Amino acid sequence: MIIALLGNPNAGKTTLFNALTGSNQHVGNFPGVTVEKKEGQIKGAPDMRLVDLPGIYSLSPYTAEEVVTRDFLIGQHPSAVINIVDATNIERNLYLTLQLMELNMPVVVALNMMDEVRENGDSIDVKALSDGLGLRVVPIAAAKGEGVEAVLEQVQALVREQDRSSVLDTCTGEVHKAIHSISHIIEDHAQRAGLPKRYAAIKMVEGDEPTSQLLKLHEPEEDIIHHIVEDMEHNLGTDREAALADMRYAFIEELCQRCVHRTGQSKEQARSEKIDRVLTHKVWGIPIFLGIMVLVFTLTFGLIGKFLSDQFALLIDWATSLLDQALTALSINEAVHSLLIEGVCAGVGSVLSFLPTIVVLFFFLSILEDTGYMARVAFVMDKLLRKIGLSGRSFVPILVGFGCSVPAVMATRTLASERDRRMTILLIPFASCSAKLPIYAVLTAAFFPKYGGLVMSGLYVFGIVCGILYGLLLKGLFFHGKPVPFVMELPAYRFPSARSVLLHCWEKAKDFLVKAFTIIFVASIVIWVLQSFDTRLLMVDNGADSMLADLGRLLAPIFRPLGFGDWISATALVTGLTAKEAVVSTLAVLVSGGDTAALPAALAGMYSPLAGLSFIVFTLLYMPCVAAMAAIRREVGGLRAAGYMLAQTGVAWVMACLVYQIGSLFL
Amino acid sequence: MTTLDKLSAGRGGTIAQVGGEGALRRRLLDMGLTPRTKVKVRKVAPMGDPIELTLRGYELTIRLEDAREILLEEDPA
Repeated sequence: MIIALLGNPNAGKTTLFNALTGSNQHVGNFPGVTVEKKEGQIKGAPDMRLVDLPGIYSLSPYTAEEVVTRDFLIGQHPSAVINIVDATNIERNLYLTLQLMELNMPVVVALNMMDEVRENGDSIDVKALSDGLGLRVVPIAAAKGEGVEAVLEQVQALVREQDRSSVLDTCTGEVHKAIHSISHIIEDHAQRAGLPKRYAAIKMVEGDEPTSQLLKLHEPEEDIIHHIVEDMEHNLGTDREAALADMRYAFIEELCQRCVHRTGQSKEQARSEKIDRVLTHKVWGIPIFLGIMVLVFTLTFGLIGKFLSDQFALLIDWATSLLDQALTALSINEAVHSLLIEGVCAGVGSVLSFLPTIVVLFFFLSILEDTGYMARVAFVMDKLLRKIGLSGRSFVPILVGFGCSVPAVMATRTLASERDRRMTILLIPFASCSAKLPIYAVLTAAFFPKYGGLVMSGLYVFGIVCGILYGLLLKGLFFHGKPVPFVMELPAYRFPSARSVLLHCWEKAKDFLVKAFTIIFVASIVIWVLQSFDTRLLMVDNGADSMLADLGRLLAPIFRPLGFGDWISATALVTGLTAKEAVVSTLAVLVSGGDTAALPAALAGMYSPLAGLSFIVFTLLYMPCVAAMAAIRREVGGLRAAGYMLAQTGVAWVMACLVYQIGSLFL
Repeated sequence: MTTLDKLSAGRGGTIAQVGGEGALRRRLLDMGLTPRTKVKVRKVAPMGDPIELTLRGYELTIRLEDAREILLEEDPA
């Protein structure tokens, strides 16, 4: 039995989902953070599967999330829909409720944040609201777990009785007349299309194209409907779209007047206004945002993250040497010994030491998201992003891209148009993901030991500049269309719950660990095999005779104009596709015998600083790792994804070539 | 009668008509910017655009070019 959970973004949907299922899911505060359809078994009702639908404001098919939700409701016939409504923002939230009633869905309204309503000295007459809507209404405070059991009880009662809202007429006068007349005309068509009659009629009044196609009306019928709507528009003095929105809101206003007693501005709003006075200040808003970013990145990559990473690396070294000694003591086969120490431990270990940094970064990012600051970032940065044809909402996915491209690509689903989504996905790789950090760290330590910090920051800026240029190029060449309208809610600031933030960090850590022990584990073994054996499968003494070296030699000429046309660099870049960190582990294995600490010194002897810089630029810009590729493929399709990858690598080649060739003129 | 983009921060009015077309207009209406709704400009973004509105007890941000589509009767000062 399917139970759907539906509501506006920021209404507390994810919190209720967690409370009902007991499963772990991240709670966000940026409008539309729930981009995936998530499912869970309801606690205490094992036959009920709860599906968490995306947070949306309306069922008009405007964003991908709205389309997904509408299709799900119409196609899957959930046994009950839990519609979560933010009681502190009840008017706008009930708009979606009204649309659910039009769809003739079995709905339980979970009236959330009733604790805040009470604390503000406001009140809502739940009984009157329930009567007014003809639906079961349960007051809850999801964050505190209040009323969650009552929601489940009402859902069970609803499933048993399958009652629908008795309130059919949320409209009056002309609109009512039009809906009534049209529903007679389309009755048979609606039945064949599997749509509720009234819903289909309303959609026809509204002029909803997808519904019109589903109904497969004949020309005479279309003509009559056209006339009915024209008459209505004429008599009302307004057009069809405005008429219906107006009708819904008029119903809601009238209902709220009877049921909602408000004393004034809520505490949360007053607090948000005060915080916004600083954070979105005319002069200080942008410097503060940049300051917060610098702080987050310094703490992540400089202070806390580095300390934890170093400690973690020591731990890994200790474990590796312990295993090494054990293998020696037991006189295990030479090849197996080498596989475990030089292959697995070196490969997985060097990547694993990066885990603390990722956790710390996501710790900060999820705090920014859960507090509601990310929405302000979009508000503050919108004008800037518009210059490259995007909206402020694209800023957050790109920002997440600095952590990891995979969740960044997934976060683009909150964007309103295909166009914005594709363009944002194309730009995400320019945000140096955190997996590139160990590459930068090792290479800058090798070539620019004195200016490590400066070069490192410079690389981030360089990536951003390339991204902006690429964006302008894309806008000029392929993305002529207008960016989608930027209409976004600024949710009240909320204190992030420790549980939610820690859950998010744990999820990221888990992802990363799984990646380390699957993709990178396999890659480490494959690379070890390739580099330990030659084409006749004989173990080699010298890495230069191995199969990996042969592959590297094959590709090396491509990189000659960039200044690093040797097989080791080419090989490292190839292995970097499994996961970017693997560039370092491969270099470590090939150049310094698996010793990451000795790697910078060894590399400094291999390349000139200019060739080193060119290599860094190429790794910064070339196509993302397989995990990110898979995510991109899921969003835009295989062929397009392949094109994106090719273009990305082309950009990297050109930029690295420019750096090396122009640099050579001066040095 | 004026348009919403002309209002300075802190000023409010009552919506008379929502212009524009397609997805944008639908979204503005869905978000509650319907005729006879009271709306206030709470803030202008640091770079002068977009603007932050208060309506129906919540905060919404829209761009100036879209605000130009909203006709309203400004409240007396």
